[in-house]
Amino acid sequence: METQTQTKKDKIKVSKRIMTGAEAVIHCLLAEEVDLIYGYPGGAIMPVYDELYKFKDQLHHVLTRHEQGATHAAQGYARTSGKVGVAIATSGPGATNFVTGIADAQIDSTPMVCITGQVGSHLLGTDAFQETDIIGISTPITKWNCQVTKAEDIPSVLAKAFYIARSGRPGPVLIDITKDAQFGEFDFDYKKCKGVRSYQPTPDTDPQSLNEAAALINEAKKPMIVFGQGVILGQAEDELKSFIEKSGIPSAWTILGLSALPTSHPLNVGMVGMHGNYGPNKLTNECDVLIAIGMRFDDRVTGNLATYAKQAKVIHFEIDPAEINKNVKADVAVMGSVKKTLPGILPLIQANSHESWLQEFKNFDTIEYDKVIKEELYPSKEGLSMGEVIRRINEETKGDAVIVSDVGQHQMIACRYAEFTKTKSNVTSGGLGTMGFALPAAIGAKMGAPEREVVAIIGDGGYQMTIQELGTIFQTKVPVKIVVLNNDFLGMVRQWQQLFFDKRYASTEMVNPDFVTIAKGYHIDAKRVTKREDLQGAIKEMIASEEPYFLEVCVEKENNVFPMIPTGASVSDIRLS
Amino acid sequence: MEKESYTISVYTENNIGLLNRISAIFLKRHINLDSMTASVSEIKDVFRFTIVVKITEEQVKKLVGQIEKQIEVIRAFYHTDDETIYQETALFKVNSKLLFEERQIQNVIKESNANIVTVTPEFFVLEKTGRRNEVEALYDALEPFGLMQFVRSGRIAVTKDKMHISKILETFKEEII
Repeated sequence: METQTQTKKDKIKVSKRIMTGAEAVIHCLLAEEVDLIYGYPGGAIMPVYDELYKFKDQLHHVLTRHEQGATHAAQGYARTSGKVGVAIATSGPGATNFVTGIADAQIDSTPMVCITGQVGSHLLGTDAFQETDIIGISTPITKWNCQVTKAEDIPSVLAKAFYIARSGRPGPVLIDITKDAQFGEFDFDYKKCKGVRSYQPTPDTDPQSLNEAAALINEAKKPMIVFGQGVILGQAEDELKSFIEKSGIPSAWTILGLSALPTSHPLNVGMVGMHGNYGPNKLTNECDVLIAIGMRFDDRVTGNLATYAKQAKVIHFEIDPAEINKNVKADVAVMGSVKKTLPGILPLIQANSHESWLQEFKNFDTIEYDKVIKEELYPSKEGLSMGEVIRRINEETKGDAVIVSDVGQHQMIACRYAEFTKTKSNVTSGGLGTMGFALPAAIGAKMGAPEREVVAIIGDGGYQMTIQELGTIFQTKVPVKIVVLNNDFLGMVRQWQQLFFDKRYASTEMVNPDFVTIAKGYHIDAKRVTKREDLQGAIKEMIASEEPYFLEVCVEKENNVFPMIPTGASVSDIRLS
Repeated sequence: MEKESYTISVYTENNIGLLNRISAIFLKRHINLDSMTASVSEIKDVFRFTIVVKITEEQVKKLVGQIEKQIEVIRAFYHTDDETIYQETALFKVNSKLLFEERQIQNVIKESNANIVTVTPEFFVLEKTGRRNEVEALYDALEPFGLMQFVRSGRIAVTKDKMHISKILETFKEEII
């Protein structure tokens, strides 16, 4: 089936003809079914922009206010649409401004193709105006990159770029095109890339590994699943659900696995990791079989590796061979896409339920609720909490919204408390922890899923790192809802200073501008809430709005996020206060 | 785990940025290379990097995984010294008058199995190929007389066992570029 569909798509609409490299770039993008790109023009990419002008009916270009914004918007678009995000910029500073977004996409496995202009090939290495070695700079943070110096190489290189970005474990690809290659004329012909001989996107699954994994699962008394973004990238949400329901295994998620399983699912036991839930962290060190599905045992998930799940047999379902035994030794590695390996193991496992084991998670939930969650969601103090804002958003969106979060305390609160009914609903910067991610990512997220409500939850620190993207929102009228949880602090750093640096609040207090006035300057409806009685109404108004909307909520200044696993501690040493 | 000398052999496409991409994997992990050599291989259009590092086996396994992950790397292997036949080449540039003034130097040259590559009235060049310790022994013997220049290549190595790379390449489908 798959090959047949592919063959149809291979037939592109353009008949063979002579064209410039710049025009070829557009035809390549159209052939890859790209209809939306994010970018910023400049000298070395002007020939491509000139063609974009001619093709604006077929290929929509969104002008961000900074190239970093273009990469994050492309990431947001990729995360909600499941398609490859595309960003384009000029050479030199345009290209270097891409770096943070590319690094973010690399560590979070986001499919993205970045196109940069480059000085003419005769000028390469002469320190020409706006020349920078973006291939050298981007090498460690791209899945693949390539410089094109001849127009005729553009189709094959871009075809390869899209294939590599989206196949296997996805990731960012950067293509650097010299100005003379954009001007050069050649006989255009486009063939979709079907494979690269040195690259096997999805490793073969050893049937024996499925048998061994099934045997461990069938014998397990206290099994636990931790799933990650691999499930979402592999579009294996249904397969995961079938596996969980048949095996009856309590299932926890990493921050990027969030929303692959509905929040309300009876076997969803919450988040693992530094600010994850009490039960799954504690019980990681009590389970007898740990089943990792499409996740990579990040240090924020495992805490101290020397004391991580040492009692458990580990089964690792994974598409990237380099992840096996990288951080945690796998007793059984099931290689391949979870889209195929999960259905593969399903007939081999016995239907089961683990009631008393599941009850252990619930017991920890009760403790966590009493000591942490209750006060966060229903605060007894006067000051507003971040958690109650998320609770109100849950009530208004019924868990159907896409939540885009930035990085810091509000991100942990959003991921802990936001409720989800649908997959691809949690867009956040996980591995890189990029402050400034959320505002531009929300633009892309909304364009990638226009029918869905998109709410960005951002701290006052991260918001000001990419605040200029309000201009993009104003210009495109993209109806994203922006919530800034303002505590006038870089809250997460302040929390660490309080707990580990004797309250020496070095450079974490923010003297903030009037955010509402700034939003209004961009002609965006805006409101500020400082009192509890105004919160629900404001969130109702925001969600009801069909236009972009900005809501600032002034929250308690020195609240902390708990539970917490201090750096270097064991997952079972998770603190509730 | 103890550190050991490993030879990593990387078969790759002939790509302009690949050297950078491979060396970045070592840089990111703060691992120093003992040597790195790039050359053609036994297969047409396939390049071969020979890298020597002194690390633990766990580290070398992870490195090979990260190297193989690179798109244009076909396969990477690691081997211990016992599993390979390896050599290095060194060139010694020596002042010609020493040949006449220092008789002992003639014996050093004879005993070392080094080749004289060229002789001019001003200097002569010795070439010595062998294991590191053999090259070092010659260096130690010649150094007291004074060396005008010295250079040593990185290690090149072939494995005692078969490399299955040709078989892997054969299995690539023809339509794949």
